[in-house]
Amino acid sequence: MPPALQAIGITKRFPGVLANDHVDFTLQQGEIHALLGENGAGKSTLMNILYGLYQPDEGQVWVKGELVKISNPHEAIARGIGMVHQHFMLVPPLTVTENIMLGQESLVSATRMLGRLAMLDRRSAAARIRELSRQYGLAVDPDAIVGDLPVGAQQRVEIIKALYRDADILILDEPTAVLTPQEADELFVIMRGMVKQGKSIVFITHKLREVFAVADTISVMRGGAMVGSLKPAQATRELLAEMMVGRKVILAIDKAPARPGLAVLQVEGVRVLDDRRHVAVDGVSLEIRSGEILGLAGVQGNGQTELTEALTGLRRVAGGKILLNGHDTTHATPRQLVEAGMGHVPEDRHKHGLVLSFPVRDNIVLCTYYRLPNAHGIELDYAVIARQASELVRIFDIRTPGIETTAGALSGGNQQKVIMARELSRLSERHGAQNGAPLLIASQPTRGLDVGSIEFIHRRIVEARDAGAAVLLISAELDEIMSLSDRIAVMYKGHILATVDARTATREQLGLLMAGVTPAAARPGQREGAHD
Amino acid sequence: MVKRTSALSDALQLAWVRLRRSLTTILLTAFGLVAAWALLNLVIGGQCDGKCVVDALAQTLRVATPIAFAAFCGVLCERAGVVDIGIEGKMLMAAMAAYSVNLFGFQLLQDALGPVAAGNVSRWLALVMAVASALLLAGLHAVFSIRFKSDQIISGTVINILAIGITGYMYRAFLAENLPAGPGTFPLVPIPLLAEIPVLGPILFHQKPLTYLMLALAVGIYWMLFYTQWGLRVRAVGEHPRAADTLGIDVLRTRYINTLLGGVVAGLGGAWFTLEAVDVFSPLMTNGLGFIGLAAMIFGKWNPFGALLGALLFGLGNSVTATVSIFRPDIPSQIPQMLPYLLTIIVLTGVVGRAVAPAADGQPYEKS
Repeated sequence: MPPALQAIGITKRFPGVLANDHVDFTLQQGEIHALLGENGAGKSTLMNILYGLYQPDEGQVWVKGELVKISNPHEAIARGIGMVHQHFMLVPPLTVTENIMLGQESLVSATRMLGRLAMLDRRSAAARIRELSRQYGLAVDPDAIVGDLPVGAQQRVEIIKALYRDADILILDEPTAVLTPQEADELFVIMRGMVKQGKSIVFITHKLREVFAVADTISVMRGGAMVGSLKPAQATRELLAEMMVGRKVILAIDKAPARPGLAVLQVEGVRVLDDRRHVAVDGVSLEIRSGEILGLAGVQGNGQTELTEALTGLRRVAGGKILLNGHDTTHATPRQLVEAGMGHVPEDRHKHGLVLSFPVRDNIVLCTYYRLPNAHGIELDYAVIARQASELVRIFDIRTPGIETTAGALSGGNQQKVIMARELSRLSERHGAQNGAPLLIASQPTRGLDVGSIEFIHRRIVEARDAGAAVLLISAELDEIMSLSDRIAVMYKGHILATVDARTATREQLGLLMAGVTPAAARPGQREGAHD
Repeated sequence: MVKRTSALSDALQLAWVRLRRSLTTILLTAFGLVAAWALLNLVIGGQCDGKCVVDALAQTLRVATPIAFAAFCGVLCERAGVVDIGIEGKMLMAAMAAYSVNLFGFQLLQDALGPVAAGNVSRWLALVMAVASALLLAGLHAVFSIRFKSDQIISGTVINILAIGITGYMYRAFLAENLPAGPGTFPLVPIPLLAEIPVLGPILFHQKPLTYLMLALAVGIYWMLFYTQWGLRVRAVGEHPRAADTLGIDVLRTRYINTLLGGVVAGLGGAWFTLEAVDVFSPLMTNGLGFIGLAAMIFGKWNPFGALLGALLFGLGNSVTATVSIFRPDIPSQIPQMLPYLLTIIVLTGVVGRAVAPAADGQPYEKS
């Protein structure tokens, strides 16, 4: 039997980058092939080539033993290749049926002669969707509006969309990034079922745990090249991590037990509305003490973003109270919070963390440009600012041609280091001041970064804690939450369902909480924090 | 056969669901219309035994016609993701083209065909030219905003200014000097039987051709957008062009077609001014109705029926203005004249519920 999909010597250059360097890749029929690699390793480029979104500069693509040229996604679909993109290709206001049949609509046969104005036959399309949904165990409601569905369901819609087009080769690009651990496990069961029914699957990920859970074959890419392929039986986590990064990696973070001090941040019954004026945060209470890291876990979209914005003065608080070192800061402005000792690493570093068109130097003083020693009255002291920037570039190991380079020209890891340098230097400058310990709010601090940068940033966060800061860590990566936090709060639909001790917390327990399932033990009367 | 009926019942069911979703808009509009009826009766009803109230409502539909055409143009363009604020300019251009062709066509044909036939031929010819001239400007907008990815607001503004310039120049150069007797507008076309229905007949079925065409277009565009393959693809392109692209839908082509279709509809709206309302062209005669059409589109949440309701509301404001100033000279005319613009502001500040534009509205599409 010829391989389902085979790429030979694929090379793809982008301006200034060799994204794929003579990559070979073989997907056997009826297997789940995990493609592992860091961000920027070239996985997505390779898959986009196989799906016809990019054209390779060199190399061949074989589909089921036939040499082919795939010049657009339509041809890929015609060859039986379906792709579920990391950022879903769904149209939110349309129904599930409309989304799935888009581009391959079922039409009322009597109106076919009207050409493009032929009437849609939603009923027969919905029937076909129900059938696929039953066959592969992908529960969806054909009449639901896609924008109303949770991400897990949207992902099932994407998979059905590929199956609806008779795809027998499925490319799943980071499908678990948006799922709880339980949902991910369900997806693996579905993937197993699909393979049993003759499908072949490429599964792109950077999470080692998942590879062992589901893959038949593992291929690892690094820096645009294929490092190697192996069977799960031959692999260990350490080996795969080393293949991904190119050097030995310390997977666990070394940190001393927390020595919590006085309460720094106290949040009492806070309510926050989202942009559509719906309640996004519904009576959240929490407390973070000096010298501890509180991890806020939860599937994205459960109010973490709104809560973070409220805590950092970027969004109006609709109810409740926020105290910072005992002072009421419920309606404080971001400037006042900065002055009171809050550091913020925002979720979206491009939109809210940096001014991309400004040089590194200016980005480093974004919160302190207006005061001594950076400014005298209305005049900026560029000599002082430059000295300070160079110093931080050195301390935080920011790889940049110079402090005059625009932030937008740096890699993601170095951009994040600029933000960390700005926020942490401000906090340490304040440390020891009479009015209490500093607070660091870090939202998705390592999203999209390479392992090296992740290690660096994790170490810095733990250092800040050990220096006495209170840290609130918001992350969609459960691994990150579990390895860094001292306590873990789980957010679901605007509530904190429970706060648990990180030393005893298990992945399964947190996963259930993230899905909104409270264990019978945690009765409603049991207040959060009671676990301590 | 069975399949067709089930598809039909499906369609009906869907229509009902959509209707329910836009219930607040419909209720508000109905309330507005009833309130206006009561107000009209109160203010002027006594003067004419209610007959002038019916007249005012027939006038409402007439004035709503160009606004609705403008709104439909907006719906067609923006559903595919192209913002078009050049509707005003297209209508002005079409109004002038229609008038010129009507006038000179009539003069040329008068001797050969006699005045009645010449009038008929020249009016239809004028309608075609009106559409063609608006289509030309729409093509310009399409090339600017789709091919060259320029800012669509700027492109639309350019078209508005261009139209004001061209029509102003043409007016001074050819039309203003010796205005001969006009060839006349389209005659009223009462629909047999239906026009006899009391109250509704004179309002709905005693109108001119473009008004009927506008009502038919409301139904037609609605059906096309929500029940056909074309409509599904257009909506996908306006919301998430990349998703549509990965499924083999030609985003740029869809946008070109819709922008041009919008031009056709705007041309019909422009023709209304000089072929249905009055048979004379004057500079700037569209008087902002193209922009009010955009407000009607937003009021109608980018849905043709909603847009029609919005247009009717503005039309009502307009006809109230006219009626009140005739029957109540004691009320300063400036006050009722503010009404349509006041309504526009109220609608655009989102009093009638938050309207959400198609997600990719106004964003040029770049293939990766």
